[in-house]
Amino acid sequence: MLTQESITRIDREVAKYPADQKQSAIMAALAIAQEEKGWLPSEAIEFVANYLGMPPIAAYEVASFYNMYDLQPVGKYKLTVCTNLPCMLSGGVDAGEYLKKKLGIGYNETTPDGKITLKEGECMGACGDAPVMLVNNRRMCSCMQPEQIDKLLAELE
Amino acid sequence: MAILGAINPILTVDIEGGNAWRLDDYVKRGGYAALKRIMAEKMPPAQLIEEMKKSGLRGRGGAGFPTGLKWSFMPKDFKGEKYIVCNSDEGEPGTFKDRDILSFNPHSVIEGMVIAAYAVGAVRGYNYIHGEIWEVYKRFEEALDEARAAGFVGKNILGSGFDFELFAHHGYGAYICGEESALLESIEGKKGQPRFKPPFPASVGLYGKPTTINNTETFAAVPFALNMGPQNYLEAGKPNNGGTKLFSVSGHVNRPGNYEVPLGTPFMKLLEMAGGMRGGRKLKACIPGGSSAPVLPAEIISECTMDYDSISKAGSMLGSGAVIVMDETTCMVKALERLSFFYYEESCGQCTPCREGTNWMYKVVHRIETGLGRPEDLDLLGSVTKQIMGRTICALGDAASMPVQSFIKHFRDEFAYHIEHKKCLVPLDVQRSGSGFFKATV
Repeated sequence: MLTQESITRIDREVAKYPADQKQSAIMAALAIAQEEKGWLPSEAIEFVANYLGMPPIAAYEVASFYNMYDLQPVGKYKLTVCTNLPCMLSGGVDAGEYLKKKLGIGYNETTPDGKITLKEGECMGACGDAPVMLVNNRRMCSCMQPEQIDKLLAELE
Repeated sequence: MAILGAINPILTVDIEGGNAWRLDDYVKRGGYAALKRIMAEKMPPAQLIEEMKKSGLRGRGGAGFPTGLKWSFMPKDFKGEKYIVCNSDEGEPGTFKDRDILSFNPHSVIEGMVIAAYAVGAVRGYNYIHGEIWEVYKRFEEALDEARAAGFVGKNILGSGFDFELFAHHGYGAYICGEESALLESIEGKKGQPRFKPPFPASVGLYGKPTTINNTETFAAVPFALNMGPQNYLEAGKPNNGGTKLFSVSGHVNRPGNYEVPLGTPFMKLLEMAGGMRGGRKLKACIPGGSSAPVLPAEIISECTMDYDSISKAGSMLGSGAVIVMDETTCMVKALERLSFFYYEESCGQCTPCREGTNWMYKVVHRIETGLGRPEDLDLLGSVTKQIMGRTICALGDAASMPVQSFIKHFRDEFAYHIEHKKCLVPLDVQRSGSGFFKATV
């Protein structure tokens, strides 16, 4: 279900916790599975749960609780824009509107070519760099004025 | 981002170079000297805790609880593993200091955690890092590898016979995990739902074992406080408010960023350091301690000094030191609407008053903002906050209620105008000009 590379990465996470606490690695394991699959289909959640020796429902509870897991397919690039108050004061909401217009989609929608999914996010802990957005949960982009957004979109082409 | 300014800094001295986060650089700046001294002297843990108490260091995560006192709560003769946990799940809107500490000075956090582990007799520790800052998490792991290789973490630290293993745990997007018992649940591989307290983590913490949890900035301050001496550290701030503090200044200022200043620095001085108000506009309000802290209007915050006691006396909280500055272009209804949406979105759903109450607060503020407010709505909101506060397991319910209460208390006229006229007191184009977005085209 998952590649050997992903399994090796999961094993490295499991090793961080006491031997009888493998479940502690579930968050990392789900993140690794999502990275490989692009999102978290229920088979991937079940596989990871079995691998860590926990009930699949307990793994699903985790996957559905934390908002960076995608339980539905997303585009090749998931763009999450922070619109919380500190970001809003420095253009976070405007940046979201600008992206909607440019991409022709709303929040929680994907461009017809399957390339970009737009999400509205909560505080990313980078309010001084607003507007802030996150690409595929990993890469944080700071100070995203229109010019920088255009550049990012061109790069994601 | 980096540290943009400082007055008599302690934590952020000489960390501007791109390699400051490396072990070699930290050691050159005096890093790990405190740990070496403690190990060489075999300092009794009780003495170490006493020094921390004297330093006046208070928890930098929001509650301001005295660090030494917290450490002293750990049971001394417990048979079994004890744990140290660092809370780097920095998700309080307005707060972005821990990200910079971990980016530019991660070894100070590692050293602080090892010293804390020695003081309380812990054998294992975790640093829980906010989900959205992957790059910072990766860097912390690298720093940990360096510390392990140099013998500062792991078995028989510096030949002292003291063992302490330390790991990083990456979050995945849940504000509630900043609450310490939710964070512990999360490390255990569960939904991050807070535990009922007592028992406190010092008795029943991670995996049911005694656990000390401190904020990133708190751990980072530990080696510095010990190196300069507890008395000097205390005097670097003001009585009962020892040391310096990182303030994250965001919103309508010219230079949003982190500033390290002594506790007790006047708010107006901090505002000046942050480049003053954007476009020279007038200060309208400020949330001085992260989104959960009550908002203060310009005339009150202007008179405050930035320390736990002064901000508390003014009716708010220093919290995590997140200073959200709002100018006259801000519609206070819209600002509160966004915050209320956040708490509704992030309520973990465990306690009915919070789960349902945050939803209702958002719905009512939203209808006021969109011109559908009713004259009785302000009293209704007040009564909802009273139904939530003090009736939930954790503080998120209170945190969601305090903005609602304080925004209405200080800006009641603006809310009433919205309800009566079905529009903002601040014209839309004026609001739009405040954010600075599209500045190239305007």
